[in-house]
Amino acid sequence: MAVEIIDSDALAKKIINKSDTFILDVRNTEEFEDWKIEGEHVQIMNEPYFNLLDDVSAIEEKISKNQEVIVVCAKGGSSQLVGELLDDAGFTNVFSLEGGMKAWSEHLEPVKIADLKGGGELFQFVRLGKGCLSYFISSEGEAAVIDPSRMIDVYQKFAEERNVQITHIIDTHLHADHISGGKSLADEVNGTYYLPPGDATDVTYRFEALEERSQIQVGSATVNVQPIYSPGHTPGSTSLIIDEAYLLTGDILFVASIGRPDLAGKADAWAVDLQETLFQRFIRLPEELLVLPAHYAFVKELKTGGEVSAPLGKLYEKNPGLQLEDEREFRRMLTENLPQQPNAYDKIRQTNMGKFVPDHQEKNDMELGPNRCAIHE
Amino acid sequence: MEINVNDTLDTKGMACPMPIVKTKKALNSIGHGHVIEVLATDRGSTADLKAWADTTGHLYLGTIEEGDVLKHYIRKGDESEPSDSVAHQDRLSLDDLSTRVTNDDHVVLIDVREHAEFAFGHIPGAVNIPLGELEDRLDEVSKEYEVCVICRTGSRSDLAAQKLAYHGYAQVKNVVPGMSDWNGPIEQGTQ
Repeated sequence: MAVEIIDSDALAKKIINKSDTFILDVRNTEEFEDWKIEGEHVQIMNEPYFNLLDDVSAIEEKISKNQEVIVVCAKGGSSQLVGELLDDAGFTNVFSLEGGMKAWSEHLEPVKIADLKGGGELFQFVRLGKGCLSYFISSEGEAAVIDPSRMIDVYQKFAEERNVQITHIIDTHLHADHISGGKSLADEVNGTYYLPPGDATDVTYRFEALEERSQIQVGSATVNVQPIYSPGHTPGSTSLIIDEAYLLTGDILFVASIGRPDLAGKADAWAVDLQETLFQRFIRLPEELLVLPAHYAFVKELKTGGEVSAPLGKLYEKNPGLQLEDEREFRRMLTENLPQQPNAYDKIRQTNMGKFVPDHQEKNDMELGPNRCAIHE
Repeated sequence: MEINVNDTLDTKGMACPMPIVKTKKALNSIGHGHVIEVLATDRGSTADLKAWADTTGHLYLGTIEEGDVLKHYIRKGDESEPSDSVAHQDRLSLDDLSTRVTNDDHVVLIDVREHAEFAFGHIPGAVNIPLGELEDRLDEVSKEYEVCVICRTGSRSDLAAQKLAYHGYAQVKNVVPGMSDWNGPIEQGTQ
């Protein structure tokens, strides 16, 4: 037996299909505690590789030798070594995750959400390593990508395979938790890049204003994208209604939580905006709209197959963030439950404004770590 | 800054896990208490070396970044602690040392840790004479004043204090426990 390689794609499929998965993470404990692979049926154990160089007895006591073990490290080198050591020790079902957590963090899993009018399709791209969600809408040879990650080649390849041309690229807000691929994807495909003007006061590049009065058509007027101004996470945050059936909420409203108002500096003012958006604007929208957020916070939000969504009406019944209409209670919840801010969030914002140009390694380092865009109790 | 070390290991261009695997091997061939310099380009090596040293009894001293190269300094763990029976009896607590450093101009403080340990943090005004060099450098130590000797935990300074007493120094104090518990001002760099 030799150590087998498993790639991010295969691991993602296991996780979204909720297969039992056992992971041995051999990074150092500090990195492991900051951020690790999660899934509803994932069991995970940490033992740094440098503790296993002489002997693997620490593992032998805890794992049966016939059990499937997926060894994971930062980039794939140490997991390969530990895999070989386990193999030597008589473990029979050992895999090493190719490219490690770096590859995992960059993996995007496309999940089909729905067929749209006139043969169009709507896909959700689930970034399991970060909890980020982006969207791909195709219609009559054209496509729009919403809140794209920096791995823009994935969307380009996906468009090629479906024989469509990406024409519209939209960011619902200026992101603080991940580097947007919006501007670079637009440049690459010669498409139009949309950004809400309220978030774009400091950006250094040209963009098209994403505003309520300007509807966007994908394909020949078959798929309609209706911007809804919904401030609160950022001053410009804008949601999108697709085909009158899907509500892309960006970082304002998630399935099991709500957005946080503090990442661009003005928590108090934006908490008021957030409350207005949630309790005065969204509440008037049709309750059957399917909410498709830009993030998820808990692995339990992933349905089997990977989709993250819920009807708007259901969220008003169940989402803890939507149960406190009282202004003071709501504000108390917001301010008392602010999680730690995402790693490097200010640098990420500067990058998304075009003010800072990191190289690939820096981009990767800036995005390492868990996603912390949601507020939940 | 230039740091004197007992050995240098070059792992530039190597990816994880090789910097640690090589360091582990290299430490087998140097003496206890000696310092190795590990050159690396793998960004993850800093956190890993730190965590690894903690679990193995070696001492991670610090890292200097020079362009793309990380220069890590590790001191190989001591084999054993000297027993109390041979200890130098005249000791000084860190609190008392702190008072003397602040008030007394005539205190001579000798830090007998390795060069690299000293470079990553020492008490301002301390003179670095590694334990192994002490006998050759006695002429640098005045017999006129009280001499305080410090190391990391009090073991090496104990041996140093005994050496000084043997060579006729009348007022020698071993500062205990040592730099590991020092919370006062710290200065970096070599002399």
